[in-house]
Amino acid sequence: MITLGHFLSLGAMLFALSVIGIFLNRKNLIVLLMAIELMLLAVNMNFVAFSYYLNDMAGQIFVFFILTVAAAESAIGLAILVLLFRNKASINVDELNTLKG
Amino acid sequence: MDANTGLFYAFAALLLFAAFKVITARNPVHAALYLVLAFFQASALWILLKAEFLAIALVLVYVGAVMVLFLFVVMMLDVNLDGARKGFWKHFPLAAAVGALIALEMAAVLMGGFRLSEAPKSALAVGETAVQLSNTKELGKMLYSQYLYPLEVAAAILLVAMIAAIALTLRQRKDSKAINPSEQVRVKSADRVRLVKMNPTLAAPEPVAAAAEEKKA
Repeated sequence: MITLGHFLSLGAMLFALSVIGIFLNRKNLIVLLMAIELMLLAVNMNFVAFSYYLNDMAGQIFVFFILTVAAAESAIGLAILVLLFRNKASINVDELNTLKG
Repeated sequence: MDANTGLFYAFAALLLFAAFKVITARNPVHAALYLVLAFFQASALWILLKAEFLAIALVLVYVGAVMVLFLFVVMMLDVNLDGARKGFWKHFPLAAAVGALIALEMAAVLMGGFRLSEAPKSALAVGETAVQLSNTKELGKMLYSQYLYPLEVAAAILLVAMIAAIALTLRQRKDSKAINPSEQVRVKSADRVRLVKMNPTLAAPEPVAAAAEEKKA
């Protein structure tokens, strides 16, 4: 029998993997965006699992809106990425120091 | 161990494997394709959780739209792969430590805090209310009644995102020969034609060459 804990642990592992991905891929902005997508997937997994085990549809509604915002986010992120590559001919995160942050 | 448990473990293992390949793949195209695999596994898991509509939406929206966008961008940009791999494993110990910490903490909190194991509370699972509505129907009913205002906001967000993405990447080419019709219509004759006053007749110029010939002779 699969319990809620199984799904929550899966979500935690997926989230941790994407955090590791963000640490590792500091030179490649595209893979960073993919890791963020994976993070959102892990969060959505928790929402759907809670929705099933607590018998409450609100969790699935939440996932629906997260999907919407994630799609918008990746569209704008990729547009910025293309613009960046056009101007700098590189997507290395370390070279993005124009703002001197 | 019933069939569902076996399926859960199979899908979960494949999902974690795909996620691992996404973050370590040498080629960004491979990373994107592994991400597609991860989304498919996740949608299969959601079907196990009886969230059919979201599972289909995940495949349609993510695999059908977002990942195609990713693949387009990856193939459009000529990324220097060798430079991107330099020092790749340098941060691995730190990353692994942080990742393990996060996973353990979350698992501990979640496993300890939510002891509502077993099957869904009542005999009625989500989507199986007394009238036996399908998951999609129930989700739609809630979206268009209780969550109507957030739905409109989501639509506005998508519109803004679309306009922003177009506005960011739109550019005028320098060698473009396109003409602006409104400027073309607004033009006046004074901008294009210059009238010059001239005498109606002019005396013919002296035949210079002929004069030179005569002198020589």
